[in-house]
Formats: sequence, structure tokens, C-alpha cells
Amino acid sequence: MTYIPISPAERDAMLKTVGVKSLDDLFDAIPKKHRFPELNLPAALTEMEAAAHLSEMASSNENVREHLISFLGAGAYHHYVPSVVDHMLRRGEFYTAYTPYQPEISQGTLQAIFEYQSLMTNLTGMEVSNASHYDGATATAEAVNLAYAQYRGKRKKIVMSPTVNPQYREVIRTYSQGMGLEEAGDDPTQTEVTPEAMIAHIDESTMLVVVQYPDFFGRIFDYTKLINAAHEKGALVCVVANPTALLMLKTPGDMGADIVVGEAQPFGIPLWYGGPYLGFFTTKKSYVHKMAGRLIGETVDSRGNRSYVLTLTAREQHIKRERATSNICTNQGLLALGCSVYMSVLGKQGLQEVANLCYQKAHYAAAELSKIDGFGLCHTEPFFHEFVLCCSKPASEVNQYLLDNGILGGYDLGKDYPDMQNHLLVCVTEMNSKDEIDTLVEILKEM
Amino acid sequence: MANIIEPTIFELSSPGRRGVKMPASDVPVTALPPKDLLRSELPLPELAEVDVVRHYMKLSKFNYSVDDGFYPLGSCTMKYNPKINEDTCRLPGFLFTHPLQPIETVQGNLALMFEMQEWLKEISGFAGVTLQPAAGAHGEFTGVLMMAAYHKLRGDTKRTKMLIPDAAHGTNPASVGMLGMQVVTIPSDDRGNVDLEKLKAACDDTVVGMMLTNPNTLGMFDENIEKVVNMVKDCGGLMYGDGANLNALLGIVRPGDLGFDVMHFNLHKTFSVPHGGGGPGSGPVGVSQRLVDFLPSPLIGIVEEGDADTAPLYGFVSPKNTIGRMKAFHGHFGGGLVRSYTYIAMHGPDGLKDISQYAVLNANYLQARLRDTYHIPYDRICMHEFVMEGRFEGSDIRALDISKRLMDYNFHPPTNYFPLIVSEALMIEPTETENKDTLDRFADALIKIAEEAKTQPELLHNAPSTTQFGRMDEVKAARELVLCCWLPENYEQMT
Repeated sequence: MTYIPISPAERDAMLKTVGVKSLDDLFDAIPKKHRFPELNLPAALTEMEAAAHLSEMASSNENVREHLISFLGAGAYHHYVPSVVDHMLRRGEFYTAYTPYQPEISQGTLQAIFEYQSLMTNLTGMEVSNASHYDGATATAEAVNLAYAQYRGKRKKIVMSPTVNPQYREVIRTYSQGMGLEEAGDDPTQTEVTPEAMIAHIDESTMLVVVQYPDFFGRIFDYTKLINAAHEKGALVCVVANPTALLMLKTPGDMGADIVVGEAQPFGIPLWYGGPYLGFFTTKKSYVHKMAGRLIGETVDSRGNRSYVLTLTAREQHIKRERATSNICTNQGLLALGCSVYMSVLGKQGLQEVANLCYQKAHYAAAELSKIDGFGLCHTEPFFHEFVLCCSKPASEVNQYLLDNGILGGYDLGKDYPDMQNHLLVCVTEMNSKDEIDTLVEILKEM
Repeated sequence: MANIIEPTIFELSSPGRRGVKMPASDVPVTALPPKDLLRSELPLPELAEVDVVRHYMKLSKFNYSVDDGFYPLGSCTMKYNPKINEDTCRLPGFLFTHPLQPIETVQGNLALMFEMQEWLKEISGFAGVTLQPAAGAHGEFTGVLMMAAYHKLRGDTKRTKMLIPDAAHGTNPASVGMLGMQVVTIPSDDRGNVDLEKLKAACDDTVVGMMLTNPNTLGMFDENIEKVVNMVKDCGGLMYGDGANLNALLGIVRPGDLGFDVMHFNLHKTFSVPHGGGGPGSGPVGVSQRLVDFLPSPLIGIVEEGDADTAPLYGFVSPKNTIGRMKAFHGHFGGGLVRSYTYIAMHGPDGLKDISQYAVLNANYLQARLRDTYHIPYDRICMHEFVMEGRFEGSDIRALDISKRLMDYNFHPPTNYFPLIVSEALMIEPTETENKDTLDRFADALIKIAEEAKTQPELLHNAPSTTQFGRMDEVKAARELVLCCWLPENYEQMT
């Protein structure tokens, strides 16, 4: 009866109104032999006991704030989250509301998401943003759905760089298994591929080209030429972008991208062991009718007040059913709000400071690490806050040695790329002090 | 010009204003990348912290929420979200663990997820559970992918049709559409059950399976459920259960025992994860024995057995014929699983049964109180929700008007115009976390509104009148498609 506010006397009065004798009598429609199973679950805890139990489980982890120095990124990033963000997310008015189907009493959520859409379009240099996807991987898979719908299934080829996050490529394969797609470009043994080399795969049957920016190895490429070449063949281009990097770098919109998606977890969302995160999806206005997800538009109410509503809902599942652009319903509303608060409270200058700190510290770390015997940078292209360290030993051994010394090393690229067993993807953010970087260097020197 | 009640965060910006500052760099300076790789401007707002707080505080007050009052939105299970869950999901051990950390360093997280898989199996009667899907619709897609993979592996390639009752949620056919299958709609009979004759006619060797919400969106538990399941299975199909309405069934009946093969859970409905103004949710999926090998990868498993002195080592395992990965990393761990774990731990077997019994009592009580005033097309003992018609003989009042008028009485309206098979539908789900007084006040308001519809219909046509905002011009929004805003200095070049 933990949260049930009904007394026994009230219950009996209600049963009488309904016209049954007991609570059990409400369930006559259920086959008798399966009715009221005994559930083999632990007995109920009180709030005090549950708090202690969960606290014990949480503290049996080693976390990156209290126990470990972390240089691990690869799709999830440890950044500072200003205090204001969680204070706003803890407003019950925001977190205990539903999807804003009744706009008269949901303007808080609606205006906040409209602002989120605006922040993302200004960040990416695109024209429209939807209200969010589950994460960066599913947002990328939805880009494939958009391209498929755009060509009504007449083009079935997707050209994908092997330097798109491996998990994103897996999710695209899961999502598209009913489409009969033809794939090109995604060969994990061809990791030195340049954007120009991708052009050869693009032809008149290509519906979509997918690249990452910076790529999974941290490298920054200007994709303008690739995008122009794709457009010449009539293909769309989706750029999977890191939002922190976009604070500093040329926008994919400026390069001519058709779709820019990514993972907005770096903007105010904790690591949380992988979720929930926040997939962003931005595109050109001409594709808005093919785009999945919720969309907020500006309007006025009956009293002349500027206000906001869910719009173009005819694309969505509750209206169009099997012909909908996607089945998405619940998305990541509260985290889109968190992302907006993060961007607002740091503001233009604070955000630029975050990007600059990531860049500076990553470059200091790269320079110092490459001075160690047996280690060196694998690539010469410009990078932002992640880079690949070539080691003289398997990356798994390096990581184990670092872990024994209280450091979460980088991501072992050998897990996804068979020829990269000695390659460590290192990430440095504003959370890493010079002391931490120097410690990493000292420990690797001793190895 | 429209009247502006609260400017946007862009309009509130003032160049040079500072919010939270970052520390100075403590490393030697490195030159930036070449200029042609840099962005020329960053057109984002500049505000002080206090500006930001007051802006979002003001916006929060424009919302109606469960913490404000009664929110009887049918099929959405807007129950009270316990505050302790907000604390447990923010414990530093959960907040600050990276999803790619070595498993030895995150045994607390993995143990929680393993136990959650086991608990959901026990609650639902299924043989396997994945925690990966991010929401209900994502879980549905996962389930349909597994059904397709099951037939494909058996070489049963003729199966392309999915049977879906007319009362189903829109996400069901949309999930099927994502795989290019054909939807066959099965009507309901006059008691709100699946029409057995029509189902029989549709069952053949081209059927992938059936997606059934039970209790359905009329709030009715199908009285012929065993016949329905057998009919689908006899033609070689698989049974999908939409778990959106699971709040009626905890400790009452297990979908796995009824013969379902696959079902998604909505942790944000049944297990108290807050809805967040539209997510994040969490949509784990349970499956029967014949689908366990098709579950998404990875699952949480025991990779080294423990003994009397040592705990087992939890890690990741991959099912033999897995459909693959549904999203990056391991599911909605922090905001979804930790909250629901806390909730289930605090209820135990008896507490879970209480939830469903009282959810069903509250719905039947409201139905009984409203029966004489509103037409209830399928009138029998309901489960956790029921559907009535929002219209009256000889009146032009519609369900929408009644919904908007409810706002003037400080209630959130029910779900409108769904399910599609009831005209002017009002779908009411009170949940178990409301007391009798609230239910009485809500029933009284609806009875009064029915009276107003006769005597002062303009009160309904013009509703809401006591809220901060009035009815919206949705046509203008769709026609003009203003989907974003910019800094005031950029407006001219962007529009």
C-alpha cells in the first residue's frame, strides 16, 4: 500500500458503489487457473531500507568522480554540469507532466522544447530540429529512414564510413533489416579511409552517405567536397556530429549537409552508465515532412498570446498508423530541457570556454604522450578532444595497467577494428586537470 | 503582433552577459585548427544565471503535472512519481559511471540490471528480458523484429501479415510499418473483445502474429483471451502483448502464463518512471522460451559463477540468433532502471498486487459514478481504465469541449478521441495513487459540465477560461511552420 491513499473504510464504500463484494471480485474476466499468481520477489522494503540498499549498490561501483581518473570517451563524455541544470530538472511541473497534448496547460514544456529546437539548429547550422530521439545511434538510424522515405524505396544503397561509431553502425543494421539495403564503404579493415576515397562508392542508386564529425578516431575533416559529390549523384548526406566540437568547428550546415544528428549527452546529461541520453536530429526545411519525431511550432492562442503547439502531427503514429514516418512516441523530453538549460546557463562564452579547454587539454595530453618511448599519435589530421594513441603493446594490456593504477584509459579500438589491436582512443575534457594528464604520462612511462 | 507572456531564451539574451564560467586553462597553449575548419560565429544566447533560473521557473508554472493534481490520461498511467526515486537515481555511483568501463568496476550497476531482468521475468511470466529498448514504441519495434527473425530462421518466408485489433495504439501498426509488413485490422465485438469469427477468418499461414493490448484500450480484459491466443498459435503465429496497460495486471495474471510470446513493459507507466513532459521512458521486452535466442545483444548475464564466499561476476552475454543492437550502450539505466528498481523493491509481491487492485477499483468507481450521465458504450467491469462518449443527444458539444472545460475545474483532461472505435471518446485512467475525494471531485465536475452543456454551452465552447493560455490556433502553426527562433540580431538574415 506504499503510495495508495485509500483507507479500508473508503475502499469498502467504493466497492459498494461499484457493486462488488471484494477487490478480488473485480477480476472475474481473467482465466481462473492463471488468476492471482504468487510472485517470487523479495519482500517490500521501506523507504529507509531502499535508500540504504540502493546506496550500497551504487557505492560498489568505481566512479569517475571519486575513484578513477578517466580518459574514456568513445560516445559518452564526462563534462561539468552546472548546478542549475539539475535544479530545473527537479521541478515536478516539468518532470511529472506528460507529452504536451493539451497545449493550454503545457506551455512550459512546449516553449522549452521550441527553444531546444532553436538551440540545436543554431548549433548545427541547419534549418529545423525535432524534439529529440532516444540517443545518437537511433537518431542516425532515423536518418536512414528519412532517406529511404525520400526516395520511396527506389534508392537502396547506403554509403557509410567505417569511422562512424561502431555501435551506431550496428543500430543502423538492426533498424534497416526490413529494407533490403545495399551497403558500401563500411569496411573496418580500411580505417585510413579519407572522405575523398568515399566518393568512389557513391552512385545513382545511393540514397544516403553517413560520416562522423569529428570521426570515431577524433579526426576533423571538412566534408564539403564529399557532400558536393554526393549531391551530384542525388544522394543525401548525414553528418553524425559531436555537439561540443560544434561549438568551435565549422558547422555541417556550412558544408552543405542534409541531415545533422548526434548525441547531446555532453550537454548537461550525466554519464549514468549509458543512458538515458539525448539524440538530436536536424535537417533542411524541405525534408521536414519526412522527418520522424515530435515537432513544436509557434502559433497564437484565442487571446492573442504567442504560444506553441505540437505540429505536423499527421506524420506521426497516432494519426497515420502503419504509414507513419516512424513509430516514435515517448522520446527524451526532459533531457532536451536539460540540454537547453545547460546551453543557456553557460551561454555563448561559457560554451566556448568548454570547447577551448577540451581542445587545449587534449592537445597537451597528445603532445606529452607522444614523447614517451613506445607511444605515438597514429594520425596527423587535426583533432578536437579525442585522438588515437599507437602503443607498442596491445591496448588491452595498456588499459589493464592503467586500471591497476586508478586510471580508466582510453577505448580499445581492437574491439571493433581487427587491425587496431595496439590502438587506444584517448579522450580529454575540461574535467581532466594538468595533474591528471601528467599522472597518466608518468604511469605510462613506467610501464 | 502577438502578446508575449514569456520571451524566448534567445530574446532574453544580451551580448556580453555571463552565466557560469569555466576555469582558466592550466596547460600550455596550442594553436587552434586552421581557420577554414572553424565556425565563423556561435549564435547562442548570453544570459546571467539568475535570468536562466527565472525563465525556466516561469515556464514550469505554465505546466500542469501530476505533482499539481489529477491527471487521468487514459493509457498513459499518470501515477504519482515517488520522490525517493529521484534521489536513488542520482547517487554518484550511478551518475558517474561510464558505459564502457571494465565490468569489474561496475558490478553494482550490472547486479541491479541482472536483478531487474529477473524481476521483470517473474512479474510477467516470461523466459527472457532485454532492458535495452528506450521506450514503449522502441520495445514494440524490438518485439516485431524478433517475431520476423523467428519465422525467417525457420525458413517460413510466407509470413508477412500482422493482425492488429481496431482498438490498438497507433504505435502498433507504425512498428509493423517500419518492417514493411502488412497490417490486417481485426474488429472488436459488442462486448469489447476481439471478434473471434473475424480473427478465425484472418488466421492462415501468412500470419506473422498478432499484436494485442490486453486489457485493451477500452479498458476491457478480453473474455476469450485463451481462445484468441490458441487461434493465432494454431496457424503458426506469435502473440505480441502491448504492455502499455500492465498496471491492471501486476500480481493479477502473467501474460507469459496466458501464452503470449513477447511483450514490452513501459517502465514510465507501470513502474513509476516520471514522464518528463515526453520522456525519457524505458521499454524492456520480455519473451517466451521460443524467442529467447533472438533477444537484442547484449543482455546482462553471469560470466563467472560465485560461491558461498564470493558474489558472481556479472557481465554481458549475446543471444545465439540475436536481432542485434537496438541503441548505443545498455538501455535507460539511470533515469529508467534505477527508478523502477527502487519502486519494485519498495512494493514486493503484495504491494504490486495492491497497485493493480486499487488501479482497477478506482477506474470502476469513477465508471459507476459517471454511468448515469455519460454514455459508456462497453459497459461492464473494467480494468484500470474505461472509455465514455463525450457527447449529448441534441447538443453540439464535443469531447474536446468537455476536456477543455475540465481545465477550468483544475483537472487534466482524459485522453480524447482514442480509441478510434468510440465516437467522441474520453478515455479515463485514474491510477491507484488517487484518493476517493479526488475521484469524487472529478466525477462531480464532469456531472456539472454535462449540466452546463445543456444550460450554458458557451462555457464549454469558450473553455478554458481560467488558465493562463486559451485554445491554440493549430492551423496557423501547421501553415506557417515557425519551428525555431534566433538571436534578435540574426532575425533579418534568417527569415
